[in-house]
Amino acid sequence: MAVNGAVTWLRRAEEIDGYDLSASDSEEVHVLAVDDSLVDRKVIERLLKITSCKVTAVDSGRRALQFLGLDEEKEANGFDGLKVDLIITDYCMPGMTGYELLKKVKESSAFREIPVVIMSSENVIARIDRCLEEGAEDFIVKPVKLSDVKRIIDYMTTDFREGEERRRGINKRKLRD
Amino acid sequence: MDRNRLQHQAASMRRSLFDQGYLDEPFIQLEELQDDASPNFVQEIVTLFYTDSARLIQNIEHALNSRPIDFDKLDDYMHQFKGSSSSIGAKMVTNECTVFREYCSAENAEGCIRSFQQVKQDYAILRRKLEVYLQMVRQAAVSQKA
Repeated sequence: MAVNGAVTWLRRAEEIDGYDLSASDSEEVHVLAVDDSLVDRKVIERLLKITSCKVTAVDSGRRALQFLGLDEEKEANGFDGLKVDLIITDYCMPGMTGYELLKKVKESSAFREIPVVIMSSENVIARIDRCLEEGAEDFIVKPVKLSDVKRIIDYMTTDFREGEERRRGINKRKLRD
Repeated sequence: MDRNRLQHQAASMRRSLFDQGYLDEPFIQLEELQDDASPNFVQEIVTLFYTDSARLIQNIEHALNSRPIDFDKLDDYMHQFKGSSSSIGAKMVTNECTVFREYCSAENAEGCIRSFQQVKQDYAILRRKLEVYLQMVRQAAVSQKA
């Protein structure tokens, strides 16, 4: 799974050519959190903020797709805006399940590169397998712990930074100093 | 009462909430997520939990009173209730929700009704205790050292 993640992040690093990274706040990972539960949404939001992420929390798969759709329009207009770096979604939701959202994201040419993490209160092997086969980056069993979130953000940002530094052949940290 | 006494009381109550099985690990995590940037986080989550629970309890009541009973709908509501109570570490409530869901999947109406009484009871007790505990924490925070 780590290998998969590295490949995904290297591809994303190529996509950001043209962005002025030293100027923008792109070190901050922007996470789209999807959960129909009021309580869980607030908790995941806090967990992500403590891990220094920007968070957009929505209550349904439909709203998540709408948000991504808006995002695309903004980019087309040249805004260096709210690019989503990670989607973390509950599995069991009314309307569109997390699995269905995952499929829609992976089927879209615009968004299939965005890693998707599934959360579920039910630790069902068949469910986990199905999600991973559909391209989910990881599967977290609820209740979500800070260590789960840290683990995911850590390996995401490490692969991203390493891939990008390799590609540009410079040490970004040096630029900052 | 001075701060030390109040803090001691709050700590004591907190310990008993865990010892008596009302709360477990996820609640500790909520406490750890509270800091200067988010000083009322625990209270905020708990308040959301009350709001959500009130809605779900009402829905479950309604579903249990309907004939024929829609067990799928019941299970769905209880799944949500179990989810949020599990997220805040409300151990006793969560466990009783599991019992309910077992009756639900067996389409045992009587079992569901009985179990739901227990869920409501556990929830009411937890809520009372949490309110007392969080009140103690607040009082300790604003009190003066003797």
